[in-house]
Amino acid sequence: MTTRLIYFAWVRERIGMPQEDVELPAGIETVADLLRWLQSRGEGYEHALQYPDVIRVAINQEHVDHREKISGAREIALFPPMTGG
Amino acid sequence: MSAVLAPTVRIQREDFDVAAEIAGLTQGRSDIGAVVSFSGLCRDEQGALSALELEHYPGMAEAEIGLIATEAVERWPLQGLTVIHRHGKVRPGENIVLVVAASGHRQAAFEAANFLMDYLKSRAPFWKKEHRADGSEGGWVEAKETDAQAAKRWKSPSE
Repeated sequence: MTTRLIYFAWVRERIGMPQEDVELPAGIETVADLLRWLQSRGEGYEHALQYPDVIRVAINQEHVDHREKISGAREIALFPPMTGG
Repeated sequence: MSAVLAPTVRIQREDFDVAAEIAGLTQGRSDIGAVVSFSGLCRDEQGALSALELEHYPGMAEAEIGLIATEAVERWPLQGLTVIHRHGKVRPGENIVLVVAASGHRQAAFEAANFLMDYLKSRAPFWKKEHRADGSEGGWVEAKETDAQAAKRWKSPSE
């Protein structure tokens, strides 16, 4: 299944693209697994995700924590802590 | 028991008119005794800043502020609630965000507006990037721990 990954703010800048569609390899079950897998995909990813604890995640446009299962996610967004208001 | 109010939430690039938004909630009504409005503006940081660029997550920004606004109308007896958040480039002195809460009495209106802003700061998917007055790009504004703490004080003990 194809999953759309969307990046915002400095996560987007460091990875170097606003979004991409990926086929997640077997064994990627949680958000934490996803972040670990992405870090291995190249320098930009490594730079963006070097402190995974600060990365905020939304699945299908809802906030989730890093233990959340990602099966069935159409859209997963990764971003820094929010600074609106 | 009156029907639960549907809050107005708008995410937009354009500026807004604070007075017109307040009038929009109160016009033609005689049951509102208190209106609290909060406007957040872009500061120039002692001349160092030429603009803020607000990035947002389209769709989720509307949905998340909608959830927060719905929680506010369930928690406080409000007769009107409007939340507007801008995105794109905002110059010093311009508006960024507006919350208008209308109620029979002031306490509910003050508290609901305060709650909205505290939650919006830590949960609404917006990110601010600075543009410096000297032409350099500046960096992403860092989230403040004090904002996260401010949001926590509204949680009920069961959460």
